Amino acid sequence: MPTVSLQVNGKSVSREVEGRTLLVQLLRDHLGLTGTHVGCDTSQCGACVVHVDGRSVKSCTMLAVQAEGAEVTTIEGLAAADGTLHPMQAAFREHHGLQCGFCTPGMVMSAVDLAQTHGQLDETTVREGLEGNICRCTGYHNIVKAVLAGAEAMRAGVPKAAE
Amino acid sequence: MYAFEYHRPTTLAEAAQLASGNEDAKILAGGQTLIPTLKQRLAQPSDVVDLGGIAELRGICEDGDTLVIGATTPHAEVAASAVVRRLIPALAKLAEGIGDAQVRNRGTLGGSICNNDPSADYPAALVGLGATVRTTTRKIAAEDFFTGMFETALEPNEIVTAVSFPRPGKAAYVKFPNPASRYATVGVFVAETGGGVRVAVTGAAPSVYRWTEAEQALSGGLNPAALDGLTVDPDGLNADIHASAEYRASLVKVMAKRAVAASA
Ligand SMILES: Cc1cc2nc3c(=O)[nH]c(=O)nc-3n(C[C@H](O)[C@H](O)[C@H](O)COP(=O)(O)OP(=O)(O)OC[C@H]3O[C@@H](n4cnc5c(N)ncnc54)[C@H](O)[C@@H]3O)c2cc1C
Ligand code: FES
Ligand code: FES
Repeated sequence: MPTVSLQVNGKSVSREVEGRTLLVQLLRDHLGLTGTHVGCDTSQCGACVVHVDGRSVKSCTMLAVQAEGAEVTTIEGLAAADGTLHPMQAAFREHHGLQCGFCTPGMVMSAVDLAQTHGQLDETTVREGLEGNICRCTGYHNIVKAVLAGAEAMRAGVPKAAE
Repeated sequence: MYAFEYHRPTTLAEAAQLASGNEDAKILAGGQTLIPTLKQRLAQPSDVVDLGGIAELRGICEDGDTLVIGATTPHAEVAASAVVRRLIPALAKLAEGIGDAQVRNRGTLGGSICNNDPSADYPAALVGLGATVRTTTRKIAAEDFFTGMFETALEPNEIVTAVSFPRPGKAAYVKFPNPASRYATVGVFVAETGGGVRVAVTGAAPSVYRWTEAEQALSGGLNPAALDGLTVDPDGLNADIHASAEYRASLVKVMAKRAVAASA
């Protein structure tokens, strides 16, 4: 069986997996990181979104072995070590951006990538940017509000580049 | 997913060797089509050859008046590329409209054209621009590359290395997206090229094709009104729960007019 070595939430891990093991299975079943969910079998719902080398991907549509050498961040890796929520997580809480919460980890991971890619966001960009995430409670209104607020908080929190 | 042997070569030569002579091997690029296929047990390869570790297959470069894009370059990179935006902005916009952000971060140009989904976007750009597909063994004109529904001119396990796009004059791509997947219900790419105006249609028929009547009508200039008198025969066009053949026929003309208007 191949061995895959990667960084997950800042820690080095190495595991023997089958070639066919999905990244989401490595995260959930082998590493116990169950914040990443599986909601569909068609690569459409986005409940499984994590970051691989800083970009959002659907971990149900990637083999674990494809993440060899990569840096993977899951929802468990967003908050600070002392438990302080990431600004995007805090914004989801503040703006009631979740109902049942099943889709939330994927939404938050997509939203963080969206904010990092675009900096300032507007509502259209957020709605288009969340195209790959489906909330079965259809609570999109508050999710969009949360993402806008979270992106603003991320921008405010980014230290200005040194002169 | 059935079990398979996974390989991650770091050179193209190694990949070609692993893939050739093994009909049960399958090439893996972004995996956005292949992995769902494997999950559904619709394919049972003995070996999977991952192109992800081959640096020479990824990247975008300008070669005189030609844009060359490596096979494993993800859609997101094409969409964001300053070089693509300068040379062929219509292509950057097309890439930006594929699927969702996560699919664009993983899905590749090579994977899209090798799969040749009847509703995929890239085939319209390749045929509309008169692009050339480069493989491990030869160069294939885009029009000869796409041969039928999910079919291409590739030999089993021949590897696409890059696509070269000649820089057009004006060009635009407009699609009527499927509201769920964003695939093209119908998409039309219009371009002014060295060989005249080209109009390529995806989503309507089993494979991308040139709408030659429209090309003739536009030979006097890119004016949407020039298409007014044309009709599209629904016979042989795709029909599914999203759109009947008649509706697709009508969309071909509407999308073509919008693309012409957007290119002007
Ligand atoms: C939710 C969703 C929405 C999508 N929406 C759109 C859309 O709107 N428009 C659109 O055009 N597409 C869409 N796609 C498809 C997407 O663009 C895929 O990325 C693409 O079709 C496959 O590319 P890939 O790199 O992921 O290839 P893979 O899935 O890895 O491979 C696809 C096929 O090509 C072969 N292959 C791959 N690379 C090579 C190569 N270099 N040489 C030879 N053979 C090769 C593989 O063996 C396999 O048969 C969507 C996909 C998903 C999951
Ligand atoms: S579980 Fe990955 S997209 Fe639905
Ligand atoms: S909050 Fe329940 S699926 Fe989105």
